[in-house]
Amino acid sequence: MSPRSELKDPQREIARFRGRLAFGAGFILLLSLLLAGRFFYVQITEHAHYSTMAENNRITIVPIVPNRGLILDRNGVVLARNYSAYTLEITPAKVHNLSATIAALGRIVEISPRDRALFDKLRDESHAFQSIPIRTHLNEVEVARLAVNLYRFPGVQIKARMFRDYPLGDLAVHAVGYVGRINDSDLKRIAAQGETSNYQGTQYIGKTGIEQSYETQLHGQTGYEEVETNALGRPVRTLSRTPPVSGDNLYLGLDARMQEIADQAFGNNRGALVAIDPHTGGILAFVSRPGYNPNLFVDGIDTADWNALNDSPDHPLEDRVIQGLFPPGSTFKPFMAMAGLELHVITPQFQIHDPGYFQLPGQSHRYRDWKKGGHGIVDVHKAIIVSCDTFFYTLAHMMGIQNIHDFVSKFGFGSRTGIDIEGELPGLLASPAWKWKRFHQPWYPGETVITGIGQGYTLVTPMQLAYAVAMLADNGTAYRPHLVQAIQNGKTDRIRAVVPIVTRDEHFDPAFEALIRDAMIHVNLPGGTAPIAWHGCPYPVAGKTGTAQLIDIGQGQNYNAAKLNARLRDNGVYIAYAPADDPKIAAAAVVQNAGEGGDVAAPIVRKIFDYYLLGKVPPPPPATVKESPHG
Amino acid sequence: MVKRMLLRLARPLDGFLLTLLVAVMVIGLFVLYSASEQDPAKVLAQAVNIGIALTAMWAVANVRPEHLLRIAVPLYILGVVLLIAVAGVGQVSHGARRWLHFGFVRLQPSELMKIALPLVLAWYFERHSARLKLRHFVLALVLLLIPVGLIAKEPDLGTALLIFASGFYVVFLAGISSRILLGALAATVAAMPLLWSHLHTYQRQRILTLINPSLDPLGTGYHTIQSTIAVGSGGIFGKGWLHASQSHLGFLPESTTDFIFAVFAEEFGLIGNIVLLALFLLITARGLVIAADARSLATRLLAGGITLTFFTYAFVNMGMVSGILPVVGVPLPLVSYGGTAMLTILLGFGILMSIETHKKLVKG
Repeated sequence: MSPRSELKDPQREIARFRGRLAFGAGFILLLSLLLAGRFFYVQITEHAHYSTMAENNRITIVPIVPNRGLILDRNGVVLARNYSAYTLEITPAKVHNLSATIAALGRIVEISPRDRALFDKLRDESHAFQSIPIRTHLNEVEVARLAVNLYRFPGVQIKARMFRDYPLGDLAVHAVGYVGRINDSDLKRIAAQGETSNYQGTQYIGKTGIEQSYETQLHGQTGYEEVETNALGRPVRTLSRTPPVSGDNLYLGLDARMQEIADQAFGNNRGALVAIDPHTGGILAFVSRPGYNPNLFVDGIDTADWNALNDSPDHPLEDRVIQGLFPPGSTFKPFMAMAGLELHVITPQFQIHDPGYFQLPGQSHRYRDWKKGGHGIVDVHKAIIVSCDTFFYTLAHMMGIQNIHDFVSKFGFGSRTGIDIEGELPGLLASPAWKWKRFHQPWYPGETVITGIGQGYTLVTPMQLAYAVAMLADNGTAYRPHLVQAIQNGKTDRIRAVVPIVTRDEHFDPAFEALIRDAMIHVNLPGGTAPIAWHGCPYPVAGKTGTAQLIDIGQGQNYNAAKLNARLRDNGVYIAYAPADDPKIAAAAVVQNAGEGGDVAAPIVRKIFDYYLLGKVPPPPPATVKESPHG
Repeated sequence: MVKRMLLRLARPLDGFLLTLLVAVMVIGLFVLYSASEQDPAKVLAQAVNIGIALTAMWAVANVRPEHLLRIAVPLYILGVVLLIAVAGVGQVSHGARRWLHFGFVRLQPSELMKIALPLVLAWYFERHSARLKLRHFVLALVLLLIPVGLIAKEPDLGTALLIFASGFYVVFLAGISSRILLGALAATVAAMPLLWSHLHTYQRQRILTLINPSLDPLGTGYHTIQSTIAVGSGGIFGKGWLHASQSHLGFLPESTTDFIFAVFAEEFGLIGNIVLLALFLLITARGLVIAADARSLATRLLAGGITLTFFTYAFVNMGMVSGILPVVGVPLPLVSYGGTAMLTILLGFGILMSIETHKKLVKG
């Protein structure tokens, strides 16, 4: 640039200015084209994509949780039901400062330390985007107070939730079971069953008992609502709705009244009772004592309650009916008798002389009878009536363990009965093969001897005992035991009865059956082992008592209940069916550490039978306050 | 008589420009009605803002450009002082000091600078128009960088860059040599890493999320993602007035202010966008013509600078909403809700009109 050109020269200057202005205009056009290109790309090329995103933004599929099916007893008494209540829930992922939010909410409604502890526990178990209750069962005043303040708390919602309620508390709790919040392992199982979408929005799942095993029927089909939501996730309006299908109602064979009678009859004793219809396998009574309150589990049980239940020496959570393993004791004898007769090891006329003990040939050890001095001349009929140990020691020795094992397993001992709830244990029917596998030891003849009176390795569940005695009652036919008797379809309301399934059909010699039945009837008559319990009973009852030792009593020592640790005292066991000539009910009862079966277990069975067959209700015990389900 | 008086009063106003401006503002009011969830109060408030701003524009259009240039220096000094005051006693809002509180009014001194900076630079170049040398440009750059630096420090990087642009346009139009420009550009590119390290975390975030909005869809990327969804879902014809689901359901933040264009684009589609862009281009074109015809160096520079700045604002806002520029707090001129921005923009157009109407009176 020469110095002269810097002098003021309007024309040149204007030309240069206009040049720059033109450059600017070009720049503007370029930017405009860039923008127009972007508009074109976003609004035409990618329009479908962004439309979808806008719709996804806008429309939320809200699951409508179906009403869970009810569980009712045979007379329609409700054992498990639902009710709706408001909960205050927080989605942690949507909340910036959780503790500040909870503190602020705590100024509007009461949030107890227990609520807080439960929330923290659930939060640990849940994903951050799950809505977790901080307070349940809000009353109307609380809902109103929260509703006006809710705008201040994004990520916090009031929800109307269905809750499960067990109005009769611990009654038949082990059969009914309980629901609890869905946890990770439940989620995995749901996913494995391809049910994930059906559980959208569902909070609870059956954890034990019928609630667990009939989950599919009880749950129902989740419905959906297409809802337009705003950015805060609050629904603005509903676009479409697919209604849910309620779960099926389940009618049980249980009778709430009969359960109550049995509970009362047990008093403070621990034990189990199960009664079944021998012609169908339908379970008529299902009692495991002590029980517990299933309502504690519904919202998530707190640690203190859980520890109290789990650590209790009485094991209230254990379902003794299908998980309690007990030596059958003398209740094993009718089955031994049938084995001996059917295998022709003995005849009905076969007799022994009972000196009060049994000795294996060439051995000095005396296997003692419960009665000092023995029962004298004993045949199989008398052996059952008086529960002669020596007879059955002899019989067992004559049969040999393999024969015992093979025949008695036909009654279902050593295998699961197939009851329609989960967790059943198979018990144990020992054999030499089992012992070798388990202990790497040979079988000793003495073990065969004590097996004959239901001691030794043999362990049965009350369910198995009831199943086996029902089989005796029904001429060798056994049905799959089932708690659920009828299912009411959640959509059509039609009731469909559960069809009995024959699981065993042994054709025992009718003469042997008659012999054993007659012997079992005499058990309950004067001269038998349970006459007092059945005194004045108008219908014939076939039964067998048992008293299972939990410790070995040394040679020459006497059993002294008073000196024994309370938890090592004998279990009283009793099996029975009635009426003996036309069986309608069969039952097994175990009363733990309480004494002899004829004294402690038979009276409970009598009360059940009297109620079932005669409609007789025992006088109520001194009034006790029933625990209310919601504190 | 009344008619003649009205004509006399309206004489300084540029009819073509005024028509375009009013057209955009009317569109803006309609969009605002939709964006504000059909809140007549908000529309009325904005109409009042427009009324005040139009009055100011008319007033300024009546002032001769020479008089305007006379207050350039005091205005500039006032602006700088206020910016320094902001740094000292400004009101903190959203983590930045941008506002000064004067009892009843809140003032954002950076808004004042949008007028004062082009004005002072035009005045400065006019003063030295006889022999513009390198040192004049250097000094002009210093005048430019003082307020820009102060605003960037607030921190308000977006506004700082836009104010820089408004001053830079004047310097560029004044004829700064292209060699210097290229040199400065090279220096800027070289200084990028240094600049990056001086950025605030949120500023870096914004730039990073522009490259990949899904990096942080609920945080910084949220605005960009949601506004792009709004624009894209509008399609060719749009969803129709009052039917923008994105903004009405609350997915769009600041839908009446910085992101109002997303509502417009969602409701009126590509056609609406092109019409609006065309209106902005016509306004810009008219401004450039006024600049080209202006009689003095100062008025040329001022008109050119104001016009280019106006378009830059529109471009940056639409670019940000449609997802090609980072999120900076820039309203859409004439459309976004808010009185200050409206006032500043119409004051600028008042100056343009003043330049246009008084050119015949300027002695060649």
